[in-house]
Amino acid sequence: MSTAVNEKRPLGGKRKHSAIKPSRILIHLMLLVLVVVNIFPLYWMASFSLKTTPEIMGQEKVLNEETGKYVRLPANHVGLPRHWEWNNYPEAMKTANMGKLFLNSLIVSVFTILLTIIASFMATYAMTRLVWKGRKLMNKFFMLGLTIPIHAALIPVYLILKRIGLLTSTVEIIPGVLYLSHLSLIIPYAAFSLAMGILISVGFMGDIPYDLDEAAFLDGCGVWGIFFRVILPLMTPAISTLGIYTFLQCWNELLFATVYISDSAKFTLPVGIQQFFGQYTTDWGKIGAGLVIATAPTLIVYVLLSKKIQAGFMAGAVKG
Amino acid sequence: MNKSWTYRLNVLLFLLPALLLFCTILIAPIFLSVRDSMYSFSNFTGSDRVFVAFGENDNYLTLFSRYLKDGSTLNTKYIGNALVTAFILAALSTFVQLPLAMGIALCLGKGIRGERAYLTIFFMPVLISTVIIGQLWFKIYDPKGILNAALSAMGVDKSIFGWIQSASGSKWPFTGQWLAKGFGYTALIASFIPVLWQYIGYHALLMYAGVKGVPADLLEAGRLDGCTEGQLNRLIIIPYIKPILRVSVIFAVTGSLKSFDLFQTMFGRDNDPAVSVPSMLLYRFTSLSNEYGLGSATAVILIVLCFVFALLINLIFRNRGDKVA
Repeated sequence: MSTAVNEKRPLGGKRKHSAIKPSRILIHLMLLVLVVVNIFPLYWMASFSLKTTPEIMGQEKVLNEETGKYVRLPANHVGLPRHWEWNNYPEAMKTANMGKLFLNSLIVSVFTILLTIIASFMATYAMTRLVWKGRKLMNKFFMLGLTIPIHAALIPVYLILKRIGLLTSTVEIIPGVLYLSHLSLIIPYAAFSLAMGILISVGFMGDIPYDLDEAAFLDGCGVWGIFFRVILPLMTPAISTLGIYTFLQCWNELLFATVYISDSAKFTLPVGIQQFFGQYTTDWGKIGAGLVIATAPTLIVYVLLSKKIQAGFMAGAVKG
Repeated sequence: MNKSWTYRLNVLLFLLPALLLFCTILIAPIFLSVRDSMYSFSNFTGSDRVFVAFGENDNYLTLFSRYLKDGSTLNTKYIGNALVTAFILAALSTFVQLPLAMGIALCLGKGIRGERAYLTIFFMPVLISTVIIGQLWFKIYDPKGILNAALSAMGVDKSIFGWIQSASGSKWPFTGQWLAKGFGYTALIASFIPVLWQYIGYHALLMYAGVKGVPADLLEAGRLDGCTEGQLNRLIIIPYIKPILRVSVIFAVTGSLKSFDLFQTMFGRDNDPAVSVPSMLLYRFTSLSNEYGLGSATAVILIVLCFVFALLINLIFRNRGDKVA
């Protein structure tokens, strides 16, 4: 797509290309400034994660051999660490219980994605492939969900879940991994991803030729057979788009997670690191290490899958 | 096709998971919130529920009264400041962030070496948890943080720069004290910068996709007619990608109204009603003070605002679209 536009430009541009050059350099310069603005806070975060607080604050003193006096070293904010304090990492890992936080967030995300995909594929199938009165209206009804803020559900769902004891339940569905009370996050997250899930699925399912349904029907498939044997296998591209969208919705969610989960063993990543920051307000190195550990996996995955992830973001927005 | 009852049952079965999720988690809570906002109660079973609507203890009345009834002390449940903060944030996002993102999108979208690489870098902060970004900027704004270090290196006295740290309640712009204290009040702008930093890449990506979608022959025609680059942007590209701009504006506005993570991370510890957003009040009423009636009223206000703004934005864009077409 991009090359098509690029190739066409010089043709109609009447050799404007060379005239534009200086302004192009200016544009590159501006963009590079933005790149620095984008990257610098992250570099700074990584750099102070490897320093001690005294080094950052300029409270570090060294012995001057000639005079025999202690001299204060200047504060080191931007530079590389004078001595690399790798210890910050295992300590942050341990005190914040990062492994567990990651596992909890991952489990909640995976099950949210599963639930969202199942519910939205099934509903989309019913609304686009099955013929019944009111299916258009039903689609509009689901699209209401795009405007309803997640905050609407916070208190009513909280009161109900608290009443039935789900929030304080100690039951473990998969011991040490999936807790029953994680359902209190999975279900609302899935519900709030549903509208976008259906929107995305409608787009993808519309691309599957209807002839396939008819052929399968003539071969003796019922509505369930068509769904499982024809539609589902062809919906795999939608799974990645929808999965990425849903993942980004729930991986970083804080409001529900912080209100609904009170047991630190069940904390998701945002809640856990929030607590961790609260405990270590003055130990800069440790906080920096915590920040880096919490950010790194997301960024690594992003570097590997950047195109897919960007597509996942756009799929919903452009159609919505 | 045959419309037997088994067919209808199958339709229902396919819809069932989505319908269940949707009705129990999205639709029913709206009605429950409206109902609960008329009561005052702090027990989750609702056993101490008292009807307060339209009386002097009305939840909405409490939220919108700045002073307690005796007129002496500030009402810590006052939502006005939080709402104005959210509105300012929405305005800044729409009128500062989006034009900047548009600029980036136009620069990249019209074909420049390394456009994908730029885009990939600009989009990166979107994926980082806002909790982390809040904490990172909290450290940047710290009295001993890098911002003050840079300022003092440039010879600016840093003692007056509190940025976001609590400084004797002088943080909110309309309290009047910030003028007296010079730069004492900077929290609002300081909290907008991370929002800008995090989401500009998101909007730039959306708009970039839009710019890429403008048919090449449309641009060719414009160039042949002697359009300058500025005219191409103004007369062809921007009108063409209006549907995407609409989505961007809706995201920016409703996102600002709903914002929570960043403010909770940066200001949550102070528990200061002066620097808060509506969602933080909702959080406090639910989790800290168990005032579920007030919390429900806050939620209703948020729901209404989100709906009204989404409608308004759709209306604005529809009218303009008609004129162009």
